[in-house]
Amino acid sequence: MSAIEKQRHIIDFMLSCLWRRKGKNLSLVVVYTFVIFLLASVMFFAHAIKKEAGLILRDAPEIMVQRLVAGRQTFIPESYIDAIRKIRGVQSVTPRLWGYYYDGQSGANYTLMVNADLKDRPGEILIGKGVTLRRATAEDKIITKKNDSIPFKTYDGSYLMLKVKGILPAASELVTSDLVLVSEADFGKIFSISRDQATDLVLQVRNEKELSTIAAKIAQLYPDTRPILRNEILRTYDAVFDWRAGVIIVILSGAFFAFIILAWDKATGLSAEEKREIGVLKAIGWETSDILLMKFWEGAAVSLSAFLMGILSAYLHIFFTASALFAPVLKGWSVLYPDFRLTPFISPYEIAILFFLTVIPYTVATIVPSWRSATIDPDSVMRT
Amino acid sequence: MIRLQNIHKVFNAGKPNEFTAIRDVTLAIDSRKATVFKGPSGSGKTTLLSILGCMARPTSGRITLKEREITSLPERFLTDIRRKTFGFMFQQFHLIKGISALENVMIPAYPDGEKHAALKKRAIGLLDLLNLSHKASAKVEWLSGGEAQRIAIARALINDPAIIIADEPTAHLDTSLSREFMEIMRRLKEQGKTLLIASHDPIVYESDVIDRIIGMRDGEIVSSGDHP
Repeated sequence: MSAIEKQRHIIDFMLSCLWRRKGKNLSLVVVYTFVIFLLASVMFFAHAIKKEAGLILRDAPEIMVQRLVAGRQTFIPESYIDAIRKIRGVQSVTPRLWGYYYDGQSGANYTLMVNADLKDRPGEILIGKGVTLRRATAEDKIITKKNDSIPFKTYDGSYLMLKVKGILPAASELVTSDLVLVSEADFGKIFSISRDQATDLVLQVRNEKELSTIAAKIAQLYPDTRPILRNEILRTYDAVFDWRAGVIIVILSGAFFAFIILAWDKATGLSAEEKREIGVLKAIGWETSDILLMKFWEGAAVSLSAFLMGILSAYLHIFFTASALFAPVLKGWSVLYPDFRLTPFISPYEIAILFFLTVIPYTVATIVPSWRSATIDPDSVMRT
Repeated sequence: MIRLQNIHKVFNAGKPNEFTAIRDVTLAIDSRKATVFKGPSGSGKTTLLSILGCMARPTSGRITLKEREITSLPERFLTDIRRKTFGFMFQQFHLIKGISALENVMIPAYPDGEKHAALKKRAIGLLDLLNLSHKASAKVEWLSGGEAQRIAIARALINDPAIIIADEPTAHLDTSLSREFMEIMRRLKEQGKTLLIASHDPIVYESDVIDRIIGMRDGEIVSSGDHP
């Protein structure tokens, strides 16, 4: 019990000490919290968005086949389908028709995709949430509702009015925000594509272990095609978001180093007053280890509270305010920022890394100078 | 109770600024007596008190406390002895600013891990004894010189030490406060405490509380005798 009481006494005393220099310590905690908040926000965001993309792409086709001409993607003839379907292990081959459409009115690019459900319903479309926010002018936003019509400019300059029959669910907004699902007939009218062509082919495969073999066989069968595996798409997502998170971290590193200098100065530079107090404590019977314990608690109290507050505010920022601060950089440069709330995904590994890079160095930086002062002879206080 | 044998204390040994503070001091101090170390500044009084109070180690010589040789004990044991056996009053009081008088009194007992409620009760009891209980929650920088000294006395007594060490305790007090201080010392001696005081203030060394006066100069004992 006495060991617990001792810790309690030392923590009580440490808190009194922190409180009497409240201006200095509070400003340090605020700056510290802010740095943790920025770093944790970037970390949470990059991690959550990668997870989100991973979950969405889980239902994506295992193999996608594109055709390349002169290194650029072009339409793939539907005649390729039969030969690919005959490859052992291929379960199904489905042609997809999709493309990008620039909407002059909103200044945004939409992704137009043919949807099989709309096959017999020409003139109707389903749109993502981003597409509903169309503007006539910068100030005057128009929100498109169900049964409204949206004009689409066709390849020959005429306009095709398509009626909104539904808004795509917000849950998958990351990939559906700019999506417009149309019937094959309307797609053909807008882009003038011959009926025996597809943008790409998607394959379902029986055995996941055969994916690379099947991809190799397709590439051999049609050397002008490029099979893309789902894992490759996931890797690209990872790379893109890691890179963006990297950009933010590089920008933040300036702030981080400024904080390190501040913390180092605060933690290492014991004032004459603090040194005198350490001398007094030793003289009246505190051991060197008691003083180090107190300084440890002091460093831990400052850095742990800043760490917890920083992590908590970053969590609220990312998962409750939809990353208001730096969403424009992290989500991409599109006009239609997906306005979606990420499902909270937290990586204990990344939290641990942040902890070891911030709390531990600060606590150590607080103890080392105190250790130097605490090992002085207690009689020094008699001579002052 | 405390024996010093051939004590030498040299600061900055081997350096150009080498300085011998204590030269060959041999001394025995009895329990329950009040002893004053008298002498001019730089005579070695404070250094000798530091050595007696286990705050500093002598460069050579032996110290015996209650028949136990303590000269070569490791730092941790010396700290323990210092905390349990000695109560210190410093010339500048050395109270810790920014915290309450009560907390200042309790600080020396923290490493022992006594129950907070019991410790607080004892500290309030000491403040009460010194007529300072109304100042318990006051910050020490708001206290007058006399009040600050009484807080320092309470702090020295919190661990109920057998020996009280006071270094120039009246240096910052006026005559009436100095006399009041000596009255407190009288009460402590009556309670059975051993008092070791360094002072060149006549109010202290001429007081009838004092049993023995040890004269010092240049680090040596030049006179030793019972108080007349």
